[in-house]
Amino acid sequence: MNEGLLIDIIIGISIASVPLIFAAIGELLVERSGVLNLGVEGMMIVGALLGFVVQFHTGNPFLAVLAALLGGMAIASIFAFLTQFLLTNQVATGLALTLFGLGFSAFVGRGYTEETIQLITSVHIPILSDIPYVGPLLFSYNPLVYLAFFMVYLVWWFLFKTKQGLVLRAIGDNHDAAHAIGHKVIRYRVMAILFGGAMAGIGGAFLSLVQVPIWGEDMTAGRGWIALGLVVFSSWQPFRIIFGAILFGGITILQLHAQGFDIRISAQYLSMLPYLATIIILVSLRMRLKNKTNRTVPNCLGRIFHSTT
Amino acid sequence: MNYQLQINNITKSYGDLKANDDVSLNIKPSSIHALLGENGAGKSTLVKVIYGSLLPDRGEMKWLGKSYSPKNPFDAREQGIAMVFQHFSLFESLTVEENIVLGLDGVRLDENFTEKIIKYSKQYGLDINPHQVVGDLSVGARQRVEIIRCLMQNPKLLIMDEPTSVLTPQEVSDLFITLRKLADDGCSILYISHKLEEVRQICSEATILRGGKLVENCIPQEHTQQELAEMMIGKKLIQLARSNINSGEDIFSINNLSRKSDDMFGVDLKSISLSVMKGSIVGIAGVAGNGQDELMELLIGEITSPPGTLSFKGNDIGNLNSHQRRELSMFFIPEERLGHGAVPDMGLNENMLLSRPQKSEMTSYGVIDWQNVETLTQKVISDFDVQTFSTKMLAKSLSGGNLQKFMVGRELIQNPELLIVAQPTWGVDAGSANNIHQALIALADQGSAILIISQDLDEILSLCEQIHVLSEGSLSTAVDMTNKGLEKISQLMVGSED
Repeated sequence: MNEGLLIDIIIGISIASVPLIFAAIGELLVERSGVLNLGVEGMMIVGALLGFVVQFHTGNPFLAVLAALLGGMAIASIFAFLTQFLLTNQVATGLALTLFGLGFSAFVGRGYTEETIQLITSVHIPILSDIPYVGPLLFSYNPLVYLAFFMVYLVWWFLFKTKQGLVLRAIGDNHDAAHAIGHKVIRYRVMAILFGGAMAGIGGAFLSLVQVPIWGEDMTAGRGWIALGLVVFSSWQPFRIIFGAILFGGITILQLHAQGFDIRISAQYLSMLPYLATIIILVSLRMRLKNKTNRTVPNCLGRIFHSTT
Repeated sequence: MNYQLQINNITKSYGDLKANDDVSLNIKPSSIHALLGENGAGKSTLVKVIYGSLLPDRGEMKWLGKSYSPKNPFDAREQGIAMVFQHFSLFESLTVEENIVLGLDGVRLDENFTEKIIKYSKQYGLDINPHQVVGDLSVGARQRVEIIRCLMQNPKLLIMDEPTSVLTPQEVSDLFITLRKLADDGCSILYISHKLEEVRQICSEATILRGGKLVENCIPQEHTQQELAEMMIGKKLIQLARSNINSGEDIFSINNLSRKSDDMFGVDLKSISLSVMKGSIVGIAGVAGNGQDELMELLIGEITSPPGTLSFKGNDIGNLNSHQRRELSMFFIPEERLGHGAVPDMGLNENMLLSRPQKSEMTSYGVIDWQNVETLTQKVISDFDVQTFSTKMLAKSLSGGNLQKFMVGRELIQNPELLIVAQPTWGVDAGSANNIHQALIALADQGSAILIISQDLDEILSLCEQIHVLSEGSLSTAVDMTNKGLEKISQLMVGSED
């Protein structure tokens, strides 16, 4: 195998994993606060559409990403309002959000299916980007790629190094106790849900602004669901999201290249691998937890909080 | 007189119900002040008003001489009022130090903070490890975490809501040492409890509420336990007496029952034997955590036991499940009310149905007869004085004592031939406890057998004619009460018999 191809594969894997990282790190924070938002796919597709539309009309990548971010938040705010103030069931509301997002984006995006846009270009850092091997592998990506990895660090830092992060984790663990000592459960959760929406929106936009220059109905192709699986895979630990996303993203890329190397294995088998890994991790988590206090799954995940006082 | 906290004419209503009606009380500096009352007397409401989680309709408070009207718990804490909750407000998946820092405003978790926790824990004899995960701690240790969390706010008033209801006797006496030390250091304590003996032991003053109204301010040592109880319930306690001890043949027996516990903190049961006669009440005394939970699981049928170890009415019942045991007229009241004894998110009527045998008057051909369920639930509610708005109230929305009354009633109206009950009056106030005890005695008088597992020695002594002691998983033979019985029981309970 020649080096150029290897570098291509690694770059390809990184690019494929970025939308998953964005969506999953957002959802991780949401779930840490005790909310299960199954609407990730819906928020991503709306982000993908809005990013594309704004890029098409303005040609300004910054505005395009901003639009995707706000679009994801707008959709998430519907979820936040329904689940936090009207106390609807989170699973049902999340599923509805996904269906709504897919339908809404297909409807609004009808006029754009024939269009193409200018992709967001990669950075070129003088000197650094020109170092052989290291340059293309580390210093020649799209800015959003660096942002994705930075967001993982930021979420980790927030959750484990700040007092507010501790409060958020406490709310996810026991919302009644958090309320009793005076923390604002609903405010924290609404903020977390909006953050999750913003991240899913950017993750979606990465597909239509960086990976391919076109808009297509259902172009997220189940990545929102993979992101949800990734959160479980990571056992709610931010840095494991990167590992998981590379595994999931990598398999997609390897499928493409496997054909080129005449490896006789059906693509379907490779596609199964990430899901199989998620199930194995879920089971092993449970085994480790036996007779021990659960420190992994947020205890209040998906439970409705209703303050009585 | 300089009072720490003055409460004047507080009134708080919920609809037509006056939870607090013109209540006044004054707390002196460095005093341990008891707040007594039955379930529903208005203690919780008053405490919530003081702690800022409820706003009163009328009345005013003075704190350290200044007008005080907290809008939320943050307000109250800022002014130096802290509270230890009855159902702990701890986060199981977080460590001790994380839990403590969450209750404090404007403090960061760092090494200084950890050292401060250790300092406080030494100063007040509250033994904890800041790095342990709270979910792995015993109930007593969790309470110590809560207390330290409160103490680190340097409170001038500490409110404790039934702090001893879940503690072992040793933990209770440790707690009292801490509380006295705190009071000596200038922190007043408002102590809410049902346990009158404890109140007489530790409190210098007492305020008694009944039906939302103030009944009496008194010094607890000047009254007997019975007088205090009668002030609380507003009528005379009925003396317990068996009218008809007519024990027949053995109806239930445990033979050489052993069990290895599968929990790392559990207790192994060692070759337990016991028999219960028709019409008799048998008690198993002992300090919590000596195998009571493990034994109860086997008796209820949550876990099956080997052939020959359990027999009821001549049947080998070891491998029967709870439902099959109920079909034989064996009924149970487990200790843990929410989760074991009742489904928290279901109504009383549904919970009523759930502990019935498969075929009962509440169903016909498997279809629920709601009319009948309603009638029977109503009967339990009125016979056992359960405070509830309707039969559809969720089990979790009832106070602990109230739910206990419901659960006792639910099993009793099925006329069990054998009733196995753990902690029948845990968290229940004096008046209701008296009612429950009477009902149990009436059941035995009819000829039913009762097995009581309780940590409350007074309860066991007043009800049971045959007493065993469970200690470290071993059950003593029946204690001969005629010759220094009480002394013998105490020795067996602490495991120092020889």
